[in-house]
Amino acid sequence: MTAVAATRPPGRLKRVFERYPFLPAFCIFIVLLALNGVFSPASLSARGLTGLLSTYLALMLLAIGQTFVVYASDIDFSNGAILSLVNVVIIVFMEQMGGSGLSVTAALAVGIGVGLACGLVNGIVVAALRLQAVVATFATSIFFTGLALYVLPVAGTPAPRLFWRTYGGRFFEVPFVVFAALGIALIVYLLVRTRLVTRLLAVGDDAQAAYQSGLPVTLIRIGGYALSGVFAALAAFCVTGDTASGDPLVGAKMTLFGVAAVVLGGTALSGGFGTVVGSALGAFIIGLINALVYFVGTPSQWQNLVQGLVILIALMLGIMVSRRARA
Amino acid sequence: MSATETTPVKTSSVLAVLRQPLLIAIVLIGVLLAFGEALSPGFASGEQILRLLVVASLLGLVAAGQNLVILAGREGIDLSVGGIVSLSAIVAGNVMSGQDASIPLAILACVATGALFGFLNGVGVTVMRIPPLVMTLGMLGVLQGLLVVIRQGIPSGKAAPALADFVAKPFLFGLPGTIWLWVAVGLFMAFLLRRTVFGQRVYAIGSNEHAAFMAGVPVKRMRVAVFTFSGIFAAIAGLCLLGYSGSSFSNVGEQYMVPSIIAVVFGGTPLAGGKGGYTGTMAGAVLLTILQSILTTVNIDESGRQMIYGATLLVLMLFYGRGRRMRG
Repeated sequence: MTAVAATRPPGRLKRVFERYPFLPAFCIFIVLLALNGVFSPASLSARGLTGLLSTYLALMLLAIGQTFVVYASDIDFSNGAILSLVNVVIIVFMEQMGGSGLSVTAALAVGIGVGLACGLVNGIVVAALRLQAVVATFATSIFFTGLALYVLPVAGTPAPRLFWRTYGGRFFEVPFVVFAALGIALIVYLLVRTRLVTRLLAVGDDAQAAYQSGLPVTLIRIGGYALSGVFAALAAFCVTGDTASGDPLVGAKMTLFGVAAVVLGGTALSGGFGTVVGSALGAFIIGLINALVYFVGTPSQWQNLVQGLVILIALMLGIMVSRRARA
Repeated sequence: MSATETTPVKTSSVLAVLRQPLLIAIVLIGVLLAFGEALSPGFASGEQILRLLVVASLLGLVAAGQNLVILAGREGIDLSVGGIVSLSAIVAGNVMSGQDASIPLAILACVATGALFGFLNGVGVTVMRIPPLVMTLGMLGVLQGLLVVIRQGIPSGKAAPALADFVAKPFLFGLPGTIWLWVAVGLFMAFLLRRTVFGQRVYAIGSNEHAAFMAGVPVKRMRVAVFTFSGIFAAIAGLCLLGYSGSSFSNVGEQYMVPSIIAVVFGGTPLAGGKGGYTGTMAGAVLLTILQSILTTVNIDESGRQMIYGATLLVLMLFYGRGRRMRG
């Protein structure tokens, strides 16, 4: 990459792209948004967009957490299982504590703790014990799923009224999910300026060089997994608010969509390059594709196939455009 | 196998022998069989072991393709194998619909399905230069969509009696046909990887793609070929699975994606590719199948089963190709 940059004077497009690697994702996002508006004007109303936000906020958080792991050229195939575990843990916790305001607050703290603990387990297994990230996180995901099934064997226990009323409610005429999204944006804004995230990128760019310049590579990678665990817990809060119940398998299908969102956002799976904004956009691209397939009137049995095809095409386009822009 | 010796492990020769993945797997298989026999007498009886081997051969067939893709390196991985197993089982089931006479046509249709999707994966990875993980992940989504379309249109299909007999009943010297098929695939893979130019090239592009390219290896064609192989092996597994279960239901193949990757790793092929082989993978597939079988024998909840399974996988992984410690 650097050799290419040295021999050729960087074009304007390339400079813009290097500064904003999520540009292709942003363009796809805008196009999809426009198409959604054409086929279903109501989907662009405040109500329609709020609905989209409240459904896909969880996937967005999962993708953001995955981004930090991918920065260091690792991968976390267990964050969907962590999401499920946190979902059932807080549901059972709130049910046993009576569903008061205090118990909800305590449940959120417990949930973050569980997510963090799972993330640390992943980090230790992959970075400290040096197991291969792909298979090791498959194994931990099986373990976390077992834990979730232990906490709540079958789906169904309802969330306390206070919980989902807040998530689906409004404050000063503004939906709660908008505040949640702004809060997340602020957290992420502060987070990407921390030393940990910069160092994750350094490790992903060249682990050996990072090690030789004195960075604690193992601890940094563990930190990445810990972030992914915490963001999976936040995602679990959104799922719990959205579905208002517990389900020990709710996150299983979300893991791979989260990875797809990261890739759609222009982050390189090889590590050392990418943006969190891109991953967030990637999650909404998946949401918009699913909505669009529905709005254009695809027969129900064809919807999954068309969604799968469009996501595959978007993944290819995104990767090919970003490669061309960077070269 | 010679590549495994290059790892700079300065330990006694006894330890070096113990680090052979195939040996580890065989020892672990013995230990698990003894453990299973202790838990429930009859677990390690001849009949029971045959049943285990039939189940293991289905996983082993999927893992053969996965093995080639991983060996060929550049983050090679095939997340779509589960989808191909399901789809090919449904295609085969619908084509044969319980008729022995339609078996040849069904085999053809099923293998063609697998080859097509494997080929498409390969084209995406080489021509469009999409990372294998992303390409096969996207393909998995497409395959799952196709399954929904097919399942809702036509009845899901039925295995022909001859196929069901071949898979599960004694076929030759008292062994079921699937086991013979697996042995044949094992010999084929060993021959392919050790005795053919194709095999040498798989290792070459897996250990150093650039050097292989400079030496004149048609890297792109090779990569398309390994993904096509992966699709074909998954399709054959789908065919056997159809014979094993009698009818094809929608997501039968889903259960094979993760185990096929873990079997390859337990067989001593690191995910980075370039070294390892299929013999170890076969042992890995047997090992995983015995582990799963023990867990279903033991009388515990699904939750406990999953926890023990996940934890055991992690412990077993400690025996295999751990990454190198960072050095200054």
